[in-house]
Amino acid sequence: MGFSEADWIAIGLTLRLAVTVTILLLLLGTPIAWWLARTSSRWKGPVSALVALPLVLPPSVLGFYLLLSMGPGGPIGQLTTSLGWGTLPFTFWGLVVASLFYSLPFVVQPIQNAIEAIGERPLEVAATLRAGPWDRFFTVVLPQARPGFISAAILGFAHTVGEFGVILMIGGNIPGETRVVSVQVYDYVEMMQYDKAHWLSGGMLLFSFVVLLALYGFRHQRSHAALRMGAVQ
Amino acid sequence: MRGRRILLSLILTAIVLPARAEEVIAAVASNFAAPMKVIAAAFEESTGHRVRLAFGSSGKFFAQVSNGAPFDIFLSADQAKPHALLNAGLAEPGSAFTYAIGRLVLWSPVTGRVSDGPGALREGGYRKLALANPRLAPYGAAAVQVLGSLELVETTRSRWVQGENISQAFQFVATGNAELGFVALSQVMKEGRIARGSGWVVPSSMHRPIRQDAVLLEQGAENPAARALLAFLRSPRSAALIESRGYQLPVSEE
Repeated sequence: MGFSEADWIAIGLTLRLAVTVTILLLLLGTPIAWWLARTSSRWKGPVSALVALPLVLPPSVLGFYLLLSMGPGGPIGQLTTSLGWGTLPFTFWGLVVASLFYSLPFVVQPIQNAIEAIGERPLEVAATLRAGPWDRFFTVVLPQARPGFISAAILGFAHTVGEFGVILMIGGNIPGETRVVSVQVYDYVEMMQYDKAHWLSGGMLLFSFVVLLALYGFRHQRSHAALRMGAVQ
Repeated sequence: MRGRRILLSLILTAIVLPARAEEVIAAVASNFAAPMKVIAAAFEESTGHRVRLAFGSSGKFFAQVSNGAPFDIFLSADQAKPHALLNAGLAEPGSAFTYAIGRLVLWSPVTGRVSDGPGALREGGYRKLALANPRLAPYGAAAVQVLGSLELVETTRSRWVQGENISQAFQFVATGNAELGFVALSQVMKEGRIARGSGWVVPSSMHRPIRQDAVLLEQGAENPAARALLAFLRSPRSAALIESRGYQLPVSEE
């Protein structure tokens, strides 16, 4: 029987959401990761904890607070209304904002680890060669931390695709706008249409496995490459 | 070592031993949570049996019961799921009955926003209209029937936001994220009237009745307390309580 038209709309929406969120998170997460990797400020602990919160918070808690804060009475809602954007729940951009919070640690942590692994020395060397901060970032950090960025992008993307609880709380199940694949599967199960649920669930299972396989395959390759480099040195 | 083995066997025994015979585990549709808590408390008090209540969506309970969940009775939000369980041989034949008929209300948390009629729907001036997903929830299907009989389906459709169940539809309106919503009367009624905001209690002639059926599950067939709780649910004492919470009862029951 395959996917219905509604399934394809949900799949398209999910991919659009995940791509948007991944791009935004790489842009927003990199400065945070950079700061966390290099600072010795006393704020490092609290900020790290804030970034990691979505790892431990139940999506229902996150969704509940987002629904309240993005609503007309909440701080985010009042901000977006005063900017003339209306309120965010039940919109695609509402899901984007929620996913930015939800997937933040999955993007920040791999980049932070990769930057920490570079250490001070290459940056000091670059500085003695008169490379400015931006120059150092683009010619030293970015190439050296590339595996971290790739892991971050894959994890951020995959985690957003797998999002469910938060979207259920603030989405409103609007086709083409907020009804993503995970919600569609939930609907099928609730409607007792298990055959349709199987198609989408099987698709998600396969997709997730392939993504993780790519990630681990990539890491494996890197560690071999690192070993070879070590041997040469 | 020996101590640990004893502890382990104690834990295993606690897990494996069947629930005490006089305990009922009831799966209850979330819209009926509030009245059921009161009914269960009264039942416990008058019989000495114990009741454990699980609240959730009927569709999920159906899937769980089909896969061996340890529920004795099931109070669904519709008739389809208890009957599907009967057909699958997972419920006691002849045990299904309608325990409540839901009433729909067009509601806003703002006082005076909804007058006694569909005016607020026609006038516009709202961005979002919350309803339960009509494909999943009987209250949602009823809401769409009401919009249909008002010939407002097409003009309002772009403003619909759908909760997975009626609790979520209520949540969307109560938090102000949707200005109007079709919710269950039982969610906004206290002591016989709408407790907060403003609402229009939709005449039941405008939609098919939202009949909610209960059924004795195979699991509870040998449990006398399960039968006793179902009987208690049909007693005049429960009936008065169910009606005071914004539900109707089937005529033959009254």
